[in-house]
Amino acid sequence: MKKFFVITLLAVLGFYLASTFCYMPFGENRMGAPVDEQTVGAYYLNQTAEVSQVSNVITAIVVNYRGFDTLGEVTVLFLASAGLASILYRRKEEDEEEVERLNQPSSSLLQTGSKFLFPLVVLLGIYVFIHGHLTPGGGFQGGAIIATGFLLMLIAYKKYHVSHGMLTWVESLAGILFVTIGIWGLVTGGTFLENSFLPKGTLNSLISGGAIPIIYIAVGFKVAAELTGVLDILLNTKDPIKK
Amino acid sequence: MPVEYQNILTISVYGSSLALILIGLYAVLIKKHLIKIVIGMSLVDAGLHLLFVAIGYIKGGTSPIFSPGYEDKANAMVDPVPQALVLTAIVIGFAVTAVALSLVIRLHKHHGTANIDEIKSLKW
Amino acid sequence: MMLVYIGAIALLALLLVFVALYAIRQKDLLYAVLATGVVSLILSLVFLLLQAPDVALTEAAIGIALTTIVFVITIRNTSRYENENTQSKINTKKSE
Repeated sequence: MKKFFVITLLAVLGFYLASTFCYMPFGENRMGAPVDEQTVGAYYLNQTAEVSQVSNVITAIVVNYRGFDTLGEVTVLFLASAGLASILYRRKEEDEEEVERLNQPSSSLLQTGSKFLFPLVVLLGIYVFIHGHLTPGGGFQGGAIIATGFLLMLIAYKKYHVSHGMLTWVESLAGILFVTIGIWGLVTGGTFLENSFLPKGTLNSLISGGAIPIIYIAVGFKVAAELTGVLDILLNTKDPIKK
Repeated sequence: MPVEYQNILTISVYGSSLALILIGLYAVLIKKHLIKIVIGMSLVDAGLHLLFVAIGYIKGGTSPIFSPGYEDKANAMVDPVPQALVLTAIVIGFAVTAVALSLVIRLHKHHGTANIDEIKSLKW
Repeated sequence: MMLVYIGAIALLALLLVFVALYAIRQKDLLYAVLATGVVSLILSLVFLLLQAPDVALTEAAIGIALTTIVFVITIRNTSRYENENTQSKINTKKSE
């Protein structure tokens, strides 16, 4: 009975949603030419190459034109990491030993391979978020790649330990740097996160775009520290019911 | 492109994103195991992201990056605003999934089962 | 060239629906979360073909590796099969 109602509801919803798409043909140009600046997308495409001197338009939108939303997103990640740590918190009793992440030691192929691959993966992550304004990439992608590198080491070795104090320090300092750049823009320019106090270089060189690379580097470190903390807490929980 | 090719792309891309949203909603409403419900939420997220990026596509457009040699191609780029919104949405979707799964672990520790029928019928 | 491009987008978008159907109908939860990872992988390819490389990188980095590992850790701490009497059925079938 419940299944019949649910399928009817989904069919009605799907019909109305599908009939909306008849008014939006795929591939139609709803943006207009960039020189006319009739829509927001056309304005961003026109202004990015001349005023901001940044190659990647998505980076300029996420960090400069909509930078406040990125601050909110980084705050949501911080809240998720803190909430997860507080939900899975258990006080250590006296006769309890350290949680074993693995039941048996992993094979020597995995141990040798991950010890070799770990610096390369972290280097790839750092490269991706430093060149975020020139090529596709940026802080969130680079942070996720670095967290995957730490996950490889945590899975392969029983004794590998990530210190939570260091993660907290990196995360806090990166967040303070982001807000400081915003307030500095408020003091010198007039609006929060205004991109006017550092010189903008030439297009397509590494030092260009004012404060945009600095903000993305801070976001990259912060996201990497948060995701590594989430994975470390999850890997060290133990279910007391099953062995 | 000719009209029938545009019809093929319209039906397949919009249709598959709509199908992903409806399949995910079905899993959230019908299934009984908590992990299946969270898998359904993750599928709804995937369908929505595909819908956003597909709305912003322009026929014959290229990706919105001013590489060396392509600095004057601003007339032929796709819409950059939906892509920036989807970038934020993917990260927040992962954060919500992680917190939901930590709640599932906590519920299993407390009740001994992850089936919502049995959790509802246990008294305090 | 245009025909190959259009055919690739349409084929991958149709493949998404079948993998998603497999993901919610499978009773063994480990296979279901692997199917969710495959949905993220194919979605990242479709994003690249729709001229969105930043979004494709983000979906590949977060959706494939991190979401799958968080699901697998949850399966380790709860049950593996969707209804617990499925496991006893499989065990008795093996012992015969």
